[in-house]
Amino acid sequence: MPVTDAQREAGRLMTICNACRYCEGLCAVFPAMEMRRTFAAGDLDYLANLCHQCGACLPDCQYAPPHQFDVNVPAALARLRNETYATYAWPRFLAGAFARNGLVVACVAAASLAAFVIGFVAMQDPAVLFGRHAGDFYALMPHRTMVAIFGAVSLYALLAFLISMWCFWRDINMVEGKRAPRAGIATFLTAVRDAGTLHYLDGGGGGCTSETDTPSARRRVYHHFTFYGFLLCFAATCVATVYHYGFDWPAPYPILSLPVLLGIAGGIGLLIGPVGLLILSRRRDPMLTDRTRRGMDTAFLVMLFLTSLTGFALMILRDTAAMGLLLAVHLGIVFGLFLSLPYGKFVHALYRFLALVKYAGERRHARFLD
Amino acid sequence: MRVPDSENDMTTGVDLSEPFDVVVAGGGNAALCAAISAARANVRVVVLEGAPAFYRGGNTRHTRNLRCAHDGSAPTMTGPYEEDEFLEDLHRVTSGQTNEALAKLTIARSTELLGWMGGQGVRFQPPLGGTLSLGKTNAFFLGGGRGALNALYRQAEALGVTAIYAAPVVGLTIENGFFVSATVKHEGRVHTVRGKALVAACGGFESNIEWLKEYWGAAADNFLIRGTPYNRGEVLRMLLDAGIAPVGDPTQCHAVAIDARAPKFDGGIATRLDSVVFGIVVNAEGKRFYDEGEDTWPKRYAIWGRLIAQQPGQIAYSIIDSRSIRLFMPSIFPAVEATSIGELAAKLGLDPAALEATVSEFNAAVQPGTFDHTVLDDCRTEGLAIPKSHWARRIEEPPFYGYPLRPGITFTYLGVRVNEQARMLLKDGRPTGNMYAAGEIMAGNVLGKGYLAGIGMTIGAVFGRIAGEGAAVHARN
Repeated sequence: MPVTDAQREAGRLMTICNACRYCEGLCAVFPAMEMRRTFAAGDLDYLANLCHQCGACLPDCQYAPPHQFDVNVPAALARLRNETYATYAWPRFLAGAFARNGLVVACVAAASLAAFVIGFVAMQDPAVLFGRHAGDFYALMPHRTMVAIFGAVSLYALLAFLISMWCFWRDINMVEGKRAPRAGIATFLTAVRDAGTLHYLDGGGGGCTSETDTPSARRRVYHHFTFYGFLLCFAATCVATVYHYGFDWPAPYPILSLPVLLGIAGGIGLLIGPVGLLILSRRRDPMLTDRTRRGMDTAFLVMLFLTSLTGFALMILRDTAAMGLLLAVHLGIVFGLFLSLPYGKFVHALYRFLALVKYAGERRHARFLD
Repeated sequence: MRVPDSENDMTTGVDLSEPFDVVVAGGGNAALCAAISAARANVRVVVLEGAPAFYRGGNTRHTRNLRCAHDGSAPTMTGPYEEDEFLEDLHRVTSGQTNEALAKLTIARSTELLGWMGGQGVRFQPPLGGTLSLGKTNAFFLGGGRGALNALYRQAEALGVTAIYAAPVVGLTIENGFFVSATVKHEGRVHTVRGKALVAACGGFESNIEWLKEYWGAAADNFLIRGTPYNRGEVLRMLLDAGIAPVGDPTQCHAVAIDARAPKFDGGIATRLDSVVFGIVVNAEGKRFYDEGEDTWPKRYAIWGRLIAQQPGQIAYSIIDSRSIRLFMPSIFPAVEATSIGELAAKLGLDPAALEATVSEFNAAVQPGTFDHTVLDDCRTEGLAIPKSHWARRIEEPPFYGYPLRPGITFTYLGVRVNEQARMLLKDGRPTGNMYAAGEIMAGNVLGKGYLAGIGMTIGAVFGRIAGEGAAVHARN
């Protein structure tokens, strides 16, 4: 049974929605709801993370406020979703980072930035720091050091992700009295497709209803810029790693090399996408969302944008005397981003994906779970 | 409050003193189909919606589909639904209380609706969970009736229609069967809205308890109204008083059994209860009063409102046991649960001895059979004054569950008589000059009795289009 206030409200709404069902064509949440007659805490956490916040069900709802049933599914599920981020944070004592996320991420980013800049200034001879190195970053920070620092923070983030995801998956699947369909390769691939296309961020075909009642594809488009931008930057890093260790071909790479081209493409995505999403977030009808958590969305988008912006600055000015400090700034931002990943908006991707995997399994193997 | 975009855009700066070509009273499916059709003919249209923006659309906001004849090629529907079959279905439910020419017109024009409404931005989807039996006959609105309404309003707005909310028509100036102007209350002021033609598309009087009392007496105080409180039938009464010919039985309304805990108004679809056929239904005295297993639930769905309206206090209780609790659509209010019949009676406010006696008598009369709730099975009672003909199983496995039921009024049948041009007819049979009607206010011409799922939307859209086009032609001449 629901435990928290956010779960109780989500459970109240799902009970009303399950007796109505008019919205079942809009997304995955309502068909998943229909497979259940009762809503335990794990069910509600799952449904909350399955919701992509497209907002289409609010203007379509005959029971939306000011109706006395006061049905506002996007906002209720947003609140519960944000609650699950804190619940499943690892280690647990850092759960509070979600409550004042904008502040936390800003502090982490500032501290990280300061540490890198001060570190560079303290450790380098000014002649080296402000010298020209023809784009050779390793002249300022040896490759081994860079790998050690960023490998450590990446591994830490990965560990936090895996533990959080494991706990979430366990709790949404071990609901007393309900079958949990097996997740296999096919369901995994379905979830990859649904996540990759943002299949459920389109209000059943018309688009998001976030700024006005007129559906629009804008949020989905800007999210694609952001997500694929992020993936391309990640791919650039992976290719560079293969070049370095596999072919003994260390950076810097020319502009027309694969890692740089991937990085440029991804970086453009990370400039356009976050700006677009930030603008839409400002314009979004506040009724549709959890207003207390806007700092979290903003912090993550700003970090992605700054990562790309400093990356571009570094690339463009890598042959000049500014490279040293710019490298410190970029690395500081990237380090801050990585360190804050398990404690910010990024985690929505993890839980959303697991919810999509579970949903694909339910669609494939079950009609009713209880 | 979330205000639809269109409200502010369309209300501010409107000058109601300017004459319009077409005045549409009402703001639901029929009204919008009329407004859009008229606006497409390049005339100035004003939509006067009595309800505030959120509650716009009358009963349309609670609908979910429309019935249409089709050849089977629609992607969201199964099998063809021929016009003849549609007509047969209509004859069956109305027992012939239909105007044959208007019925055939409705059905013939229903074939255009999927395409036409799609063109206005209304989106469709396959049948909802639990309604697969309607996949052949009914096209479901994606996002339900309010989703369809939002699309229609967006389209009307794009075509330059002026829509005003919280603007009930409180008077009509009609001279010799000719519409001159409508008197409208809006933002505390009274306006006279002149137009060259009127389309009355503002529903029935199901929310007008005083009017219902004329036929039902004090019992109407215990009715729950499934739609908004704004369906008051004021314009219908004005038209009838002005000499328009009535159609449909004024005493009749579509009434289903809904959860007695539902709000007085606007509980909509979520308050329905499908538990009746799985157990017994008793009145306030703990006694059964009708065969709960007479026919399949979709067919019997709409008789139970009237049955309960005739019981003392207009209340009844559906009693089932644990074997049945999962066999019907989940409901919005939880069942009252108890480990014994006596305890359940006490929790429901019934006399325990009376309910125990009713249940024992019923249980003793249940004959052996093979239970199958998807067909008319052979589980029945023997020897009861009021039998249960199908799905009769002993109520014996705790926990026991009870739901209180009241009549839920969906719509009324009384309306204005129209011809094939959707023109209202005067009592002497002559058509009016420039007055058209569409939707629930004239649905009684086609559906004189009974109910077919989704036909209200069909009549509204077909006659809305005819009325809008006719009114525009009239206004331009």
